[in-house]
Amino acid sequence: MSLFNVFDVAGSALNAQTVRLNTTSSNMANANSVSSSTNNLYRARHPVFAPLVKAFDSASKGPGVSVQGIIESDAPARQEYNPNHPQANEQGYIFMPNVNVIEEMANMISASRSYQANVEVMNSAKQMMMRTLAIGQ
Amino acid sequence: MPFNFEKILGAHEPALHMQSRRAQLLAANIANADTPGFKARDIDFRAALQRVQSSGSGQMGQMMTTNKRHMAPTDEIGGDEILYRQPFQASLDGNTVESHVETAAFTENSMRYLMSLRFVSGKFKSLTTALKGQ
Repeated sequence: MSLFNVFDVAGSALNAQTVRLNTTSSNMANANSVSSSTNNLYRARHPVFAPLVKAFDSASKGPGVSVQGIIESDAPARQEYNPNHPQANEQGYIFMPNVNVIEEMANMISASRSYQANVEVMNSAKQMMMRTLAIGQ
Repeated sequence: MPFNFEKILGAHEPALHMQSRRAQLLAANIANADTPGFKARDIDFRAALQRVQSSGSGQMGQMMTTNKRHMAPTDEIGGDEILYRQPFQASLDGNTVESHVETAAFTENSMRYLMSLRFVSGKFKSLTTALKGQ
């Protein structure tokens, strides 16, 4: 019964959006983690989504979402001249992570909206199944 | 008088099949709303149902097996009936899912499913009434 597959598909999306929310919160939490060099500096992390199944035609599985991996951003780190900072290097510079807080906020809202949409799908599917079970009663 | 459930239920039974299959497709579209390069897909419901009704079998327009070495179709709906959605505003990453369109389609589909279900349920109810004779 393909209504059961709706739960699998929406569940995989919930999982993917949770990963996305997780990376966003990690990025936001570390937005101000100052370092004295770029080597051990935090880098913004973003998940990469891909369809779980390429072909739609397989009857057993619907193409849900899978998280292919989490990549670290290659954007340059922010450099700031602050010689009084305890983490400052010899030249008086500190390095800030390449986290764009505005981008992360937008990402967070998008993720939570997508999560809501999928919960709504699950609720509808549940209602459809419950009504099917109640046939003839 | 033999009971013919196909005749009693009419188009509603294949319609329920197709609507539950379509719910899965639309759920997949909504699930992949943020997946780059994903192409939204949907069923042309009218064409699919017409094909079922013109085949007259009440079955989901299944291919006939006229030889024992023919393979049975794996799906109620052939792959060629699942079409690609034309987006109103395509996004730069190649994703053609527009979540408002998909949500609207999903809600519409589930209402139609519940409607077909109501009809089927009514048919069964009248059968029960006929059997009980009360």
